[in-house]
Amino acid sequence: MSILQVKDLGVRFATLDGQVQAVNGVSFDLARGQTLGIVGESGSGKSQSVLAMMGLLAKNGQASGEALYQGKNLLTMTPRELNRIRGDRVSMIFQDPMTSLNPYLTVERQMTEVLQLHKGMSRKEAKKRAIELLEAVRIPDAARRIDMYPHEFSGGMRQRVMIAMALLCEPEVLIADEPTTALDVTVQAQILALLKDLQRDFGTAIIMITHDLGVVAGLCDRVMVMYGGRVMEQGPADSIFYQPSHPYTIGLLGALPRLDHDGDELMSIPGNPPNMANMPKGCPFSERCGHASERCASELPALIPGGHRADVLRACHKPAEQLIPTMHKEVARA
Amino acid sequence: MWSYAFRRVLMTIPTLLVVITVCYLMLHATPGGPFDGERKVSEAVLANLQAKYHLDMPLWQQYLYYLKSLLSGDLGASFRYADWSVNDLVAKALPVSATIGGGSLLISLVIGVGLGIVSALRQNSLVDYLVMLIGNIGSAFPSFVIGPVLIMVFAIWLGVAPAGGWNDFDVRYMLLPMALLTFINVSTIGRVMRGSLIEVLNSNFIRTARAKGLPLSTIVFRHALKPALLPVVSVLGPLAISSITAAVVTESVFSIPGIGKLIVNGAANRDYTLVLGLVVLVTVVAVVLNLLVDLAYALLDPKIRY
Amino acid sequence: MLFQRKQSALAAVLDGAVAAAPVEGRSPWVDARHRFLRNKAAVASLVILTLITLACIVGPLVLPNAFDGTDWDAMSVAPTLKGGHWFGTDELGRDLLVRSLIGGRISLMVGLMATIASVTIGIVWGATAGFFGGKVDSLMMRLVDMMYAVPYLLIAILMVTLLGREFYLVVLTITVFSWMDMARVVRGQTLSIRSKEFIEAARAIGVPTRQLIFRHVVPNLLGIVVIYTTVTVPGVILTESVLSFLGLGVQEPMTSWGVLIEDGAGVMETTPWILLFPAGLLSLTLYCANYVGDGLRDALDPKDR
Repeated sequence: MSILQVKDLGVRFATLDGQVQAVNGVSFDLARGQTLGIVGESGSGKSQSVLAMMGLLAKNGQASGEALYQGKNLLTMTPRELNRIRGDRVSMIFQDPMTSLNPYLTVERQMTEVLQLHKGMSRKEAKKRAIELLEAVRIPDAARRIDMYPHEFSGGMRQRVMIAMALLCEPEVLIADEPTTALDVTVQAQILALLKDLQRDFGTAIIMITHDLGVVAGLCDRVMVMYGGRVMEQGPADSIFYQPSHPYTIGLLGALPRLDHDGDELMSIPGNPPNMANMPKGCPFSERCGHASERCASELPALIPGGHRADVLRACHKPAEQLIPTMHKEVARA
Repeated sequence: MWSYAFRRVLMTIPTLLVVITVCYLMLHATPGGPFDGERKVSEAVLANLQAKYHLDMPLWQQYLYYLKSLLSGDLGASFRYADWSVNDLVAKALPVSATIGGGSLLISLVIGVGLGIVSALRQNSLVDYLVMLIGNIGSAFPSFVIGPVLIMVFAIWLGVAPAGGWNDFDVRYMLLPMALLTFINVSTIGRVMRGSLIEVLNSNFIRTARAKGLPLSTIVFRHALKPALLPVVSVLGPLAISSITAAVVTESVFSIPGIGKLIVNGAANRDYTLVLGLVVLVTVVAVVLNLLVDLAYALLDPKIRY
Repeated sequence: MLFQRKQSALAAVLDGAVAAAPVEGRSPWVDARHRFLRNKAAVASLVILTLITLACIVGPLVLPNAFDGTDWDAMSVAPTLKGGHWFGTDELGRDLLVRSLIGGRISLMVGLMATIASVTIGIVWGATAGFFGGKVDSLMMRLVDMMYAVPYLLIAILMVTLLGREFYLVVLTITVFSWMDMARVVRGQTLSIRSKEFIEAARAIGVPTRQLIFRHVVPNLLGIVVIYTTVTVPGVILTESVLSFLGLGVQEPMTSWGVLIEDGAGVMETTPWILLFPAGLLSLTLYCANYVGDGLRDALDPKDR
């Protein structure tokens, strides 16, 4: 059964240039212990979607639609109700570990306050539990280092602290917003392996937001590809990887370096991501799409089950059958 | 921490030495000044000057004697009042200035930080506009304009407080001068606190704290207050200096017998040695205040390495 | 290594860091002027400041009353449109309008001269420290720090007591305590410019130091210098007024806004206009100068671009 159901989620911002629709019509189900990857370029709306669910939008942001956690809509809750779920049942780790921890409080204070708040533990019990978690994310000498300030940790270690902090209450859902982007490649791999282990041990469902398809491939059961605030394609990870049916997904895969091809040249998608304040009327990707027709520029394609597989949703006017055979050619050039 | 504090204390010595030396030499180089041999002064004053400043010795020896007496806490002799040493005059004036200046600084810290927090949490509310208004008035209108306006409104029209003067620490006489100094300080502290708290509340680590489900009060008082106070603390140093200016003006506006009034009168009377003594005293106070502010900053910010 | 390179290439692609279309080049100064003119409060303040300045220069020449002449028929009269004393007169029958304008002349003049002097000192001091760096820099900046920790008004009082209250001595006294902000900012800017690539490039192709400074460093400093000059002006005028208010500025029969305010404060119970007009003029000038400064900062500061 699904633990989190998102229906037609939208986010709009009131800016000086008028209303900007940053996210539109995002829907998905997340089952216990499952991992959903949300992939897209920066500005595709992937981060804003999850911030909306957590009630963490900037002041000028407004969410619409539904995000049901155990049948209750997170978007319409009072702050008090939401605070009972945030950090306890649903928790989040952020992209930049250097700035996401409070530099003026010790790691101990920042971790124990979560347990004191949600679990009613004493500070002493909480500290003991926090040390266990720090050990679980493999921070050496945790009992001593817990009393240190964040600036005394390296970037990778800080992200481990963030992860430990997010897992303190054994949440049912863990949202990870580009957790490895700011880290070295070797540290990235360690953090991902860690998340995988922790998911196995704790049974947590994960929403993994990333622009790195390599991260998705190793970790995710289902994938959602976003562009210009809309879902382009979503479905099981293997179908997205081996049978991409949307020109944008194909383009992304073309830009992915592969160790099994010896080619040195990467395909890139021509053009720039769209300006959110001035979106095309039709498909947001139409301006950069090699397959675009006049219809694409004027008419928004609906997100519907693809002709090739019923469990894949895609938003493209061009039938999947016409795209899939060509993909081998395009990817092969990579 | 202790080694940092020690180094920071050591750093104040050259500052004090330079100020004292420059002032002392200026005094000596002035034609018509107290050390000018052609000047006629009364016997009693001359005797006092001779005793304090060793006028019969070469300049460098006079200077060393002066430093020595400063170190023992003797600020010198008055050039005008033969019967008074600078220390005597200071002993009467300093408590007055310290009460008004220190008292209003403490009050304005509480009010300024409080108003800053409320206005940052409720932007565009009434309190927020009040803070902005006070900030605007305080930064545009000089203290010697606000002061007379206060007198006009509260002393002359409303008659709720005396227009000036001093009556042995009678609270009624402290009301308006302290209100003026508090207003000026609140205009700075409130503005800085508001701005820094808004900035901190928009930072990533506050987003993390919200994602943890913490209630607003915990977020503000445990997570945001300390970093938001840092800019306030760092503005306290310059504020202490400008408070000294404001205090001089305030004592002048309200005819309060404090250090400021003493120094202005001394300057008007060309009582050089009195002014020198007071400048040295206030410089020491200012430098020590700056030192305390820096140490407080170091205590608050864990990122400063010692 | 190859993997890492590809990884970052991928990130770049996905970040949309594809070469952005070149934006039409416009001179930053044209840009700044455009932004400044859009700021209505700043433009209005500039207009008011200009009017006040013009009035102070022209007013005393065309108005019938002399600033130190006594009108025996009108002593301590309230402001009136009839009788020619628009701002009223003081207890000696002197026309307050002319006195305010003459006082404004002195205040603005002191402000202008002390600003020019302190800005010059600040630029030279800061640029020297920033350009040479190292020991020179830390020594020069140590002095600036010292100056900040000193209660400047008291030392200024000592200076005017010792040196006297001639106009230029007052300017000198104010200048001594007004150059440090500029020095600090210019030093910071110089340090950051010095480490920029284009300077290194110019060095590498053998551009001589003198040319380097005047062709490359100075133009890059101009923006910040303009901003801090406008910040210095009201500060300097304020310091002059404080000294005058304390009776330590320019001497009678010369006058300035601070002197007039002090006169007015003494008699505000009976003749409040003697206080209010000069106080209003001074406050308006300071207020407008602050707004112009803010406007220039918003227009020139590259941070908000």
